[in-house]
Amino acid sequence: MSYEAGQYDVIVIGAGHAGCEAALASARMGCETLLLTINLDMVAFMPCNPSIGGPAKGHVVREIDALGGEMGRNIDKTFIQMRMLNTGKGPAVHALRAQADKFLYQHTMKQTIEETDKLTLRQGMVEELIVEDGVVIGVITKSQAVYRAKTVVLTTGTYLRGKIIMGELIYDSGPNNQQPSVKLSESLRQLGFQLARFKTGTPPRVHKDSIDFSQTEIQPGDENPKFFSYETQYSENEQLPCWLTYTSEETLRVINDNIHRSPLFSGAIEGTGPRYCPSIEDKVVRFADKPKHQIFLEPEGRNTSEYYVQGLSTSMPEDVQLSILRSIPGLEKVEMMRTGYAIEYDAVVPTQLWPTLETKIVPGLFTAGQINGTSGYEEAAGQGIIAGINAACKVLGKEPVIVSRSQGYIGVMIDDLVTKGTNDPYRLLTSRAEYRLLLRHDNADLRLTPTGYEIGLINDERYARFLAKKQFVEREIERLKETKIKADGEAQQMLADLGSTALQHSTDALSLLRRPEVTYAHLEPFIDAPAELTEEMKEQVEIQVKYAGYIEKQLLQVERLAKMEKKRIPLDIDYMDVNGIASEAKQKLSDIRPLSIGQASRIAGVTPADISILLVYLEHYNRVVAARG
Amino acid sequence: MIQDTIAAISTAVGEGGIAVIRISGPQAVDSAYAIFKSATDIREAATHTVHYGHIADPRTGEVVEEVLLTVMRGPRSFTAEDVVEISTHGGYISVKKVLDLVLQQQDVRAAEPGEFTKRAFLNGRIDLAQAEAVIDLIRSKSDRAFSIALKQVDGKLSRQIKTLRGEVIELLAHIEVNIDYPEHDVEEMTSSYIREQCNKVITQVDRLLKTADEGKILREGITTAIIGRPNVGKSSLLNALAQDNKAIVTDIPGTTRDVIEEFVTVGGIPLKLLDTAGIRETTDLVEQIGVERSRNALNDADLILLVLNNHEQLNKDELELMELLKGRQVIIIVNKTDLENQLEMDRLEQLYPPEAIVKMSVLAEQGLESLEAAISSLFFSGLLETADMTYVSNARHIALLKQSKQSLFDAIEATNSGIPIDIIQIDVRTAWEQLGEIIGDSAGDSLIDQIFSQFCLGK
Repeated sequence: MSYEAGQYDVIVIGAGHAGCEAALASARMGCETLLLTINLDMVAFMPCNPSIGGPAKGHVVREIDALGGEMGRNIDKTFIQMRMLNTGKGPAVHALRAQADKFLYQHTMKQTIEETDKLTLRQGMVEELIVEDGVVIGVITKSQAVYRAKTVVLTTGTYLRGKIIMGELIYDSGPNNQQPSVKLSESLRQLGFQLARFKTGTPPRVHKDSIDFSQTEIQPGDENPKFFSYETQYSENEQLPCWLTYTSEETLRVINDNIHRSPLFSGAIEGTGPRYCPSIEDKVVRFADKPKHQIFLEPEGRNTSEYYVQGLSTSMPEDVQLSILRSIPGLEKVEMMRTGYAIEYDAVVPTQLWPTLETKIVPGLFTAGQINGTSGYEEAAGQGIIAGINAACKVLGKEPVIVSRSQGYIGVMIDDLVTKGTNDPYRLLTSRAEYRLLLRHDNADLRLTPTGYEIGLINDERYARFLAKKQFVEREIERLKETKIKADGEAQQMLADLGSTALQHSTDALSLLRRPEVTYAHLEPFIDAPAELTEEMKEQVEIQVKYAGYIEKQLLQVERLAKMEKKRIPLDIDYMDVNGIASEAKQKLSDIRPLSIGQASRIAGVTPADISILLVYLEHYNRVVAARG
Repeated sequence: MIQDTIAAISTAVGEGGIAVIRISGPQAVDSAYAIFKSATDIREAATHTVHYGHIADPRTGEVVEEVLLTVMRGPRSFTAEDVVEISTHGGYISVKKVLDLVLQQQDVRAAEPGEFTKRAFLNGRIDLAQAEAVIDLIRSKSDRAFSIALKQVDGKLSRQIKTLRGEVIELLAHIEVNIDYPEHDVEEMTSSYIREQCNKVITQVDRLLKTADEGKILREGITTAIIGRPNVGKSSLLNALAQDNKAIVTDIPGTTRDVIEEFVTVGGIPLKLLDTAGIRETTDLVEQIGVERSRNALNDADLILLVLNNHEQLNKDELELMELLKGRQVIIIVNKTDLENQLEMDRLEQLYPPEAIVKMSVLAEQGLESLEAAISSLFFSGLLETADMTYVSNARHIALLKQSKQSLFDAIEATNSGIPIDIIQIDVRTAWEQLGEIIGDSAGDSLIDQIFSQFCLGK
């Protein structure tokens, strides 16, 4: 017998990285929010690598934080190692990467959720969406509880019809042997959603005491770690190292000898796997001439002996996995604690979504994370916060939030997904962004904190701090313009030490800072820096000055394209009616229903001529509408 | 899209009079200023004013053409944008030199077919009822442009561009992997490697540009075949055209002798005269056409000049030939009008419109003007547009090649001054996109594909 279990504004189904951000955003915006999960012990669980960040992914964490999300704060509280990557490259691609204490990470997130007002965390498996007049109005769980809501966010990760594959062993399962969600997938299909079948995988875990670390290289964390959240000032977390080793010739031999037992090559796996995260057997087959592959050994937490074997994702049978592990220097006597596996799952074809992450078929229903064909905790969380914000906006009658491609990696990702779709699990890369120099790790707050403040996820106090920082930076740049540096002994000596050209006559500090080899720190003895300027602000000044030329170039491009993005396409346009557009393009446009000419122009198969004709048609259309009054 | 500046020859390029190059968009005045030498600074000029001066190559200072330049500021212009019109002395070669220079300016690109009209419409200058017509124009012209583009894309140029892009994208993928996978054991990107790769591509771009210069005129003429039976006066006609109209190029080096015979301009319109077997005297007309090569030449021709003898009746071969040429652009030349008329003119007039029949006597130097007029009228009516279109896209190709070369230079420059690789990448990527524009391929996902196929990545 079903029973009425409660009425909410927003229901979030799934408490992974997407679900947590969605639920927190919605509740913090003032909506009564219910977060349902199959297993309460799996909140914010990391079923794969115990790490967060890296190029593009770390940028997303900064963006989530700038919008008022939780992932950055949570990892800052729970990291066991922090490293800034790409420091030898330009500021746009500096990328923070943390190793997490994965147990602490999930417990801390769970606690935050439990303590958040208006947010209810409940265990329960949703089996059906209640849809009335085409609009979602609630969900029914396996235990027959009926929860009603105005909007529903689906963040099902890899649970939808999940299937674990380990060599010849294949069984229905969610990640890490959790119960899979079978009926919900059926419910979606019946509503008319087109589903895709994707695959991902995870490597085996091994016992720390069985590793011979003397055969590996140590990979320590940074001495002065930076943090993900703009709010984190310091942390006294003691850092743990990771360890690097390589596969051996023996590893290649073991894999090649057993390749016939790999489900990847026997045809047992039907789902499409991620290209960027191939299993070790895939790497060995596809890159046969590569003699060895990197293997990183990463602790899974402070209070555990489990180590994650990065680089060894595999769906080989258990006995082969052990042989592979033991062929690796340092792991000759290793004890395998968990077996690696591949997992297949259902995903929603993401072109069925609006850029708000609301589905086109069922108004009020939003999806975020792996269900949308992405992979990675950060990608999931980035969509989660946007889906949560927009689910709440819909309830509150507010304008939805769409992050543009020039505003954040979150925008790049969502635009890619809803405009182009994806053929394999989508991972963010910095190379997917056309305005990489604008989407820096350091300026996520400048890009998104005003939005976070506007929707109520950033409080007044934090916003005031943000504005002050912005102002200090602008003022300091102005001041440097006015500050003269004399061509005297000390300055010349400083330049000579840096291998920089000597000054002919006195010059302003700004011009000197533009030289690639001169940093703000070098100039400090000469410019009498204001005391209130923090290291973070100095960094900001330096970047904005040094790369001004390139930044301006990209801003100009953005400005040009902005016109196209601002040209809205009315939702009731019937593309089949538009004379002259090629039929393939008509079909694509009808399917995607782009919101702007900019988005339309990014659809594969839509040519510039089609866009021209669409522009002319729109002008015609608008004049007709205007004429009708 | 509305933000960039476009340029094109906006009059049919003909003889004698003037030809107008129209530039429209925010950069119209600035780009014209860069190549215009005059007593007045046109950036300061009032709207709807005309200025006298010279077009000169800003890099070499070489004066190309004496012109009148009109400045019309938006919204009081045809497109409602800033418009500059450069009126030149009509000659095809000089017009395209000027257009070439315009297209080399920053942010100026060749207008798409119908684009001025489209902008006029979008900016509210044209009546509602014309919208459909504009759509038809864009579609029909772009389909035609597409088929022309395809002709070139299949060719050698496109293969070479693809090879070049392959090298650039390999370099790009290398840089990207260094950025996106900093801990991976892929080869570290060094500045010397970037320099080396960029230089390699620059060398090849230069080679392409050089052939473009040599082959430019060839590709730009209207491919014309002169045919007719022996002794009808083809060679005399060829010589007359070549002498009277000053052949610009004869016996072009590096070209295949058996395809190109002469390059001439007739009333400012360049003709590429094809060497059909008919020009080299053979006895049997049908046999001439049967020759594979000559059939190909006929097929390639945009224009066919069929020479007949006024003093003789039409024979079976000539009638067959006319049948074969149905649907093609043909001008019938009735030669030897100084001799008594034996040719069945009424029959000819049934088959061809009067403007396609030219009576002349090459020997008596009569009627050459009529031929020029006939060719011009075909050109003006747009029926001979094919060659024009090919020319525009070629100028575009050359401009893009030069731009991509500059981008690669910028990348090298940046490397030399110690700029980080993710910023150098911007220049390299720009070069890749510019090369892609030549062959109409700017698909963004191919870079990601390249990264994953070239490198072994993963956790």
